Amino acid sequence: MAKLYTKKTKSTPKMLPTKETVNFILSYSKALKIVKVGNEDYELNAN
Amino acid sequence: MAINQLPDDLLVKNYIDGDEIALEVLINRHQSKIYGFIYSKVLDRDIANDVFQDTFIKVIKTLKGRAYNEEGKFLPWVMRIAHNLIIDTFRKGKKMPMNRETEEFSIFSYMTDNSPNIESQIITEQVENDLLKLIEELPDDQKQVLKMRIYDDLSFKEIADLTDVSINTALGRMRYALMNMRRMIEKNQIVLTN
Repeated sequence: MAKLYTKKTKSTPKMLPTKETVNFILSYSKALKIVKVGNEDYELNAN
Repeated sequence: MAINQLPDDLLVKNYIDGDEIALEVLINRHQSKIYGFIYSKVLDRDIANDVFQDTFIKVIKTLKGRAYNEEGKFLPWVMRIAHNLIIDTFRKGKKMPMNRETEEFSIFSYMTDNSPNIESQIITEQVENDLLKLIEELPDDQKQVLKMRIYDDLSFKEIADLTDVSINTALGRMRYALMNMRRMIEKNQIVLTN
């Protein structure tokens, strides 16, 4: 039986941010609330 | 329709309306492209993470502030923000260049710390304690003048007034105090240098 030579395709690793970075962004979003008072925006961070 | 399959414009709308999961989906969908783009410019994972984070902080603030005009171009908009932040990063880097230590160059050749180390501090304390003990061995009148002069920083006129003696007497007592201290140091072979 003929040998099968499978060519392994080189896969470049996906460039991804760290989980900590993404988690921080999501937590920041959950904590942030922007309130418009007149012409001004106030950022409220609920810790 | 599952949230993962919603188009970007609907996810953005849902997010603005308060759906935090929509943001998570958007990040998961585009993080590779955005992060890859940032990394290709800054070539440093830590800096790329910082820029990525700052990019989405701006995205979040704009969306929550309802200042985003949805024209079906979410990803190009985010990439533009990332691009501008990369430029800011490079500008900051030029203003404050980072010097890494190499074999030829060490920042410690230029920066010195002149504050006394703990050994010097201990020796200084010991010397001061020894001096105090020597001063206590002096006769009372000499001890009084010496303490008023060195520790209270009084002039000889003030010392003379306070001790009800003439200035010459105060000066004489100080002179004898110092002579007696030198004698004690020599006699007992005390080392008072740091």
